[in-house]
Amino acid sequence: MDANKNFVVGIFDNEDVLLEGVEKVRGNGVKIHEVYSPFPVHGLDEALGYKRSRLPMAAFLFGMTGTGLALTMQIWMLGYDWPMIIGGKNFASLPPFIPVTFELTVLLAALGMVATFMVVSDMKPYKWPRQFDLRSTDDKHVMAIDLALNAGKSIDDIKRILKEAGASEANDKNFE
Amino acid sequence: MGHHIAVEAEQYVFKPETKRKLFILIGVGLVLFVLGLIMAMNSGHAGHSEGHASSEISTSLVASAEASAEPAAGEEHHGSPTWLKRLYTSLWMNNIYFVGLGIIGLFFVCIQYAAQAGWSSGMQRVAMAMGRWIPIAGILTLVLWFLVKGDLFHWTHHDVYEGETADKILTNKAPYFFWPLHAGSFPLFYVIRMVLFFGMWYMFFLAIKKRMVAEDLDSNTQHWYKSRSISAWFLVFFAVSSSVAAWDWVMSIDAHWFSTMFGWYVFASWWVTGLAFLAFAVASLKNAGYLKVVNANHLHDLGKFCFAFSIFWTYIWFSQFMLIYYANIPEETVYFIERMRTSPYSWIFYTNLLLNFVLPFLLLMTRDAKRQISMLRVVTPIIMIGHWFDFYNMITPGVMKYEGAIGFLEIGLFMVFLGAFLLVVLNGLTKLPLIGKNHPMLQESLHHHI
Repeated sequence: MDANKNFVVGIFDNEDVLLEGVEKVRGNGVKIHEVYSPFPVHGLDEALGYKRSRLPMAAFLFGMTGTGLALTMQIWMLGYDWPMIIGGKNFASLPPFIPVTFELTVLLAALGMVATFMVVSDMKPYKWPRQFDLRSTDDKHVMAIDLALNAGKSIDDIKRILKEAGASEANDKNFE
Repeated sequence: MGHHIAVEAEQYVFKPETKRKLFILIGVGLVLFVLGLIMAMNSGHAGHSEGHASSEISTSLVASAEASAEPAAGEEHHGSPTWLKRLYTSLWMNNIYFVGLGIIGLFFVCIQYAAQAGWSSGMQRVAMAMGRWIPIAGILTLVLWFLVKGDLFHWTHHDVYEGETADKILTNKAPYFFWPLHAGSFPLFYVIRMVLFFGMWYMFFLAIKKRMVAEDLDSNTQHWYKSRSISAWFLVFFAVSSSVAAWDWVMSIDAHWFSTMFGWYVFASWWVTGLAFLAFAVASLKNAGYLKVVNANHLHDLGKFCFAFSIFWTYIWFSQFMLIYYANIPEETVYFIERMRTSPYSWIFYTNLLLNFVLPFLLLMTRDAKRQISMLRVVTPIIMIGHWFDFYNMITPGVMKYEGAIGFLEIGLFMVFLGAFLLVVLNGLTKLPLIGKNHPMLQESLHHHI
């Protein structure tokens, strides 16, 4: 069976049931592909066992790139390439460079973070996101379980586990 | 989320050991202070000439700037001997530093009410205890001002307004100090402002405290609504009074100079020092087994506050510095030349940026650093010490010129003030239960998760 094709989708009506449900489902040895919810549910990341995002690290590196780029650019431009006397200051004096350095640091950190996030979450411009159940944008929490990753369990087993964990529905969903 | 978490009542106990430690702190501080004072009295003018030699460049720069800005500048104002001026300066700067810690306690509580913030309701009483310093700070400021005014505030001398050599700049500024009396007499407007600010701050403190006590007795949410409205009025008053206080008590030492950023600058320094103290106090209380309602999420928020407002302070610092640097007008740059090119202010000037920006910025950047008690207890003292240097460099160079120093006298006096402040705050903590059990947002605080 191919991955990312055949799913069982559990529908949960409220977030307290969902949080307990996630733990019960995982406790039964079922691997969860992803949970979609209409609003952020506190504690869901921990319940799903997600590691902390490394996005801040990316932000720091992009920010440092911005700092370096801004300083190099200004020192080279005003210090070497086209020295100009402004207000009797040194050609390459640090204080007037700081606002530009700050702005480029923030700009690169922000744009870099957005780009990294897009790439990591597989949100490319040509890629249309999958909808497991449209109600995840309205009033239901949707838990998607990839059958290929749970080869040891039958569809009926997974559905039963979902129902026992508090799901109000357990549906099939196939992407062909 | 629906479930209710039960909260244990907590009462801070001011243990005799803690009290003894504080008295030892004050005692050691007093010994150092007396030692430093005796050393300062005996060193006399030796340090004076040495200071001159090490700062020849700035002497000429300052002299040329002062010649244009200060036609009537005469040495006759500087009556007291060096050691006495040093004592007065140190008293005043330590006092202003701790005024900030006191008022920021109340300011923090009011910000939380006005923003309808829930996360902080478990640590509100700690911030409130800091506010207990306000009345003491008020009396100290008023008494000290009359003691030090002759040496710190040369605009108080009547001769700068008289005769042919009258100081034009100060004469123009005189109504701001002396109104409705004539220039050079008693600075009525100034003293009224001082009394009014402390009086109003204390009144707001009492009003909020009264609501807290009432809230503990009955669980009426009306107290919270009332506190919110008191807070809003306080914030409006504090917005104006903190700026004017900064001009009056700090900026008017360099009476010929002015900066439009100064009110914010002093506020930013006070605010981040107060936040650092609050974070340190909460982390320490937590370490001692109190504040069970506070967890890593609340510490994280306090850490973010310290991190963010260290950057805010730097932003204000830089905004003030860069405009003056770029415009390069002598009567403005003299302020920074005094501080950047003169011993001992020069190393403090750069240390200030290291302690208040570079270290908090790097040490508190990661999430884990903000959530750990041990890390917070390392970084927050750095911020507090850093801003002590900040206030030192705001106040001392304008009074001491080339004779400024940091020695046993300054450090000892800081320890005495710190010990007294801690005595008042910890004693204040025992007066009310540590947790406001009827605070309508306590449950929200317990569920706080970031």
